[in-house]
Amino acid sequence: MRPADLISDKLLEPLGEGALAFFAYIGGSGMLLFKTFLGLFTLPWGRWLACMVMPWRWKELAADRRWNLIADQMSKVGVDSFPLVFLTALFTGMVLALQSAYQLQKMSAENYIGSLVALSMTRELGPVLTALVVTGRVGAAITAELGTMRVTEQIDALETLGVDSVNYLAVPRMAALLIMLPVLVIYADMVGILGGYIVGVYKLGITSSMYMNMTWDPLRIKDVLTGLFKAAVFATIITGIACHEGFETQGGAEGVGRSTTLSVVISFILIITADCFFTALFYFVFP
Amino acid sequence: MIELINLYKEFGKHPVLRGVNLTIRDGETMVIIGRSGCGKSVLLKHMIGLMKPDEGQVIVDGEEVSRASGETLRRLRLKFGMLFQGAALFDSLTVGENVAFSLREHTPMEEPEIQARIVECLGYVGLSGIEHLKPAELSGGMRKRVGLARALAIKPRVILYDEPTTGVDPIGADAINRLILRLHDRLKVTGVVVTHDMVSATKIADRIAMLHEGRILQVGTVEEIRSTSNPVVRQFILGVSENEEGK
Repeated sequence: MRPADLISDKLLEPLGEGALAFFAYIGGSGMLLFKTFLGLFTLPWGRWLACMVMPWRWKELAADRRWNLIADQMSKVGVDSFPLVFLTALFTGMVLALQSAYQLQKMSAENYIGSLVALSMTRELGPVLTALVVTGRVGAAITAELGTMRVTEQIDALETLGVDSVNYLAVPRMAALLIMLPVLVIYADMVGILGGYIVGVYKLGITSSMYMNMTWDPLRIKDVLTGLFKAAVFATIITGIACHEGFETQGGAEGVGRSTTLSVVISFILIITADCFFTALFYFVFP
Repeated sequence: MIELINLYKEFGKHPVLRGVNLTIRDGETMVIIGRSGCGKSVLLKHMIGLMKPDEGQVIVDGEEVSRASGETLRRLRLKFGMLFQGAALFDSLTVGENVAFSLREHTPMEEPEIQARIVECLGYVGLSGIEHLKPAELSGGMRKRVGLARALAIKPRVILYDEPTTGVDPIGADAINRLILRLHDRLKVTGVVVTHDMVSATKIADRIAMLHEGRILQVGTVEEIRSTSNPVVRQFILGVSENEEGK
């Protein structure tokens, strides 16, 4: 074999194939995301909101098939995640208080523990930890469910019955997580602060009023809002990747396992990367 | 009428369809036979637009399925009902909800009408009174019949059957064959059946087409296929493997 052939066979060809697969992945998930958001915006949100504020129209809402799909997912991905998020946030808040006490006590600055816990939770740990926990719980479940539907031809069956699979499967999940992840993040923020409070007040001897003052004092509405913005981005990542992996599943039970693993791994990486990017953006560009 | 014109389809570098030409007339039952993995199911999926051909056309009643998308494709698909190999029932829904799925999605029918239609369709496939069960509680043969009831609910003009008798015991298979015959005789629906079960094929077919190496090798009535002189078709309908043929 000539050296030129060697280079083209062993180096360029795999490189090209890898690059093609990479761009096919980006293109595929991008198209799915585009279709999902298109479907999301064509839903009758105005009418649903009107129904929600008028109790005598609740029956109409309860009979709406599209709304029921979303409500069902909101319960599955959101409400059922509360216990897990509670535990994660509570212990993170407690650990945060203890670890900062270890440092701050050396400078007799224990009073700042409250501020440190509040800011770390709302700006960073609340959104990121919640997103990671939800990826493991919800992202994996979505991929496994859609993947199984794909390999048992249920998605094909949907299409043959004249129903758009993206509108029927991806859109409700995206809507549900876009609504519920920010709610979960606010909940995590509060529980985390509670965890810090328990350690700070009952273990480290800071007075309750002092701790609460130090919690609320440095906290700006912007800190919470950037956290919620991140939550929306993470929700898009989790559902987008989970649905794409589910739809693209091939090859029976093994394929479902493989795409579920991939879904969680890719979501984790993208969440951490996006978090770093947006933190930097908020720090340098919109201080 | 369904016309397949010069269809080509490759998966990766593996060609599956290599110039398929076939016309299916209104009201007939066309059985497509061929070895496992020769692309029969792929052919069926092209007819309903689940797969797009690399080249060629699929034309249903003068409209091209292979180029259609969005609303047009959805409208065209409602002419079809499809029975999948593994039934492909939605396992999160009950049997009744499965059967009523397309009615609830596409028709303004009121709940009592829908319930009546569920009972009618399940009665048709001989499974009355199982509306409340989940697909996981049914046997393979029952699932297939529920799949058929789901396909029938919207009164399609064409039904595509992907291996309707595979994985069903002989008596169950016979029940499914009778069902297909009844749909053909009474409701005058066009049937396209993909199978490698020759007993079933000879029982239900108006015409049989043999798919071999990506092309239609021969099309004819049951008698014509039985008395064929084509060695490949003969080998398939007699069910002899290469080795025995060589002896």
